[in-house]
Amino acid sequence: MNPSGSTDPILEVKSVSIRFGGVDALKDVSLALARGEVLGLVGDNGAGKSTLIKIISGVYRPHQGEVWFEARRLAPRDPQEVRAHGIETIYQDLALADNLDVGSNIFLGREPIVRRFGWPAIDRGRMRRVAREVLERIDIAIPERKLDRPVQMLSGGQRQAIAIGRAIYWNARLLIMDEPTAALGVPEQRKVMELIRSLKRAGVSIILISHNLHDIFAASDRIAVLRRGEKAGERRTAETDGEEIVHLMVGDEYKQRA
Amino acid sequence: MTAAFSPSERLDRPAWIGRVWPWLFLGALLVFFEVWSRLRVDRSFLWNVYNVQAILLAASAPLLLAIGQTFVIIAAGIDLSVGFVMGLAAVTVAQVAVAGGEAAWVLPAAVVITLLVCLIPGWINGVLIARLGVPAFIGTLGMYGVARGAGFLAAGSGMTVSVPHEGLAWLGTGWTPIALTGALLAVMHLVLSTTRFGQYTYAIGGNLQSAVRAGIDVKRHLTAIYLVSAGFAGIGGILYAARYGAGAANAGEPLLLDSIAAVVIGGASLFGGTGTLIGTLIGALIISVIHFGLIFIDVDAFWQFIAVGVVIILSVLIDQYKERLGAGA
Repeated sequence: MNPSGSTDPILEVKSVSIRFGGVDALKDVSLALARGEVLGLVGDNGAGKSTLIKIISGVYRPHQGEVWFEARRLAPRDPQEVRAHGIETIYQDLALADNLDVGSNIFLGREPIVRRFGWPAIDRGRMRRVAREVLERIDIAIPERKLDRPVQMLSGGQRQAIAIGRAIYWNARLLIMDEPTAALGVPEQRKVMELIRSLKRAGVSIILISHNLHDIFAASDRIAVLRRGEKAGERRTAETDGEEIVHLMVGDEYKQRA
Repeated sequence: MTAAFSPSERLDRPAWIGRVWPWLFLGALLVFFEVWSRLRVDRSFLWNVYNVQAILLAASAPLLLAIGQTFVIIAAGIDLSVGFVMGLAAVTVAQVAVAGGEAAWVLPAAVVITLLVCLIPGWINGVLIARLGVPAFIGTLGMYGVARGAGFLAAGSGMTVSVPHEGLAWLGTGWTPIALTGALLAVMHLVLSTTRFGQYTYAIGGNLQSAVRAGIDVKRHLTAIYLVSAGFAGIGGILYAARYGAGAANAGEPLLLDSIAAVVIGGASLFGGTGTLIGTLIGALIISVIHFGLIFIDVDAFWQFIAVGVVIILSVLIDQYKERLGAGA
């Protein structure tokens, strides 16, 4: 357990604002995240969750405010730079090359090269070895023969695990997961939630975005709520309940009707 | 504790059909012509240097175009311009030879100048498709017309320009073009199957967005792929001019569809992401054996087109069957 505020934050979002065509997509939003902490990020559609994670992952540049990671200010030119710092974002589509095998996906864009008679060949043996190691590290069983088959042959949960495994292998210290369970069946959802908890134990910080409050409550230490581009509130998961979070998400309209 | 994802593992059984069937089909064709030949003319079809050389020579021209086309199709593109780029190349070789007469430098000069000329349409294809977002089908169709016109313009008044040159004749006849094509095929097979260049070709064809997010310079890579395709069209044109002692602007016209057919018969998916050069080689051999074999058993020449057409359709049907069963929901 690593409750917020007990150590220096690994990530700090300081008063970030961004406008799109005169509309405030985010207004003065601040967040902090400790090492090994899981932050649930919730909000209605259009509340600004995606915008916020795109700012953290370097896709957008905020008009005001700063993002700090591991005590350094991030001012990235592109998302690649953010990844190089150790922040990995796993979008719903997982960004896998479905026609390539597990090892090729883990190393996509960063393949190890061995010289064979001067010829720069991809070290497939090493990629395969690492694929097995990574899957062992995150406790995922994939049958041996499937390691060499295109990942489109694997289940949604296994593919999710490969995307997570790739991030971990490349030393991600902060993992941003956008609706990781949305496309999965119930047993697989449970496996992914288990995976999130074991990553947390390994000291990885996680921002978890989900429409499923049950998942958020099961995995997070803290919950931040966005509403119409502003932070509507932030609660320790142990000290709140679903009703309060929903109230924060929808605001007074909820109160009036209740 | 190990989290075992048990349910919903998709079937991967049908994948082998796509890999194996071109070999089976080529084998069946060879057996058929061999048996026919033994029974009807009491000679071997295959145990005959002349036949083998003729089949390989006939396969080498579409195969050269198909080598580049394989990269393009795996990257989920198509290059319709290769035929007329090949023609432009053949005319360029012929013009260099006319200018140089019988001088020894004609051979290296023709090769270098022609390849440089061919890189222009290849580069433009790449820029159109990779940077300006033009669909490959349309961009290369435009270049099909441009290269065609340029080829006829370069040929001057007539359609062909004659080339009398000893070095070129050596390059274009006998086993030389076959050996050269084989060597290029081997090198490109290694590039495709063992290098990052090959790996990125598959990755782009499999999922463009994933390739971008993985940090692959997709625009540069796609441009390079269309350069490779135009380069091989250029080599095809050089060998054509060398073989026939003439350059024709429409030299490669019938080879465009053969090149695509060879790639597709060889198991590449037109959806991108799959395919091998070994498959393309088998595809080119199947087409060549059909052409040569049907002439050999004295079937009306027009049946060749029907036979090759049927094989193409079969290949695509098998490809779709694979898609449905292998990757479908």
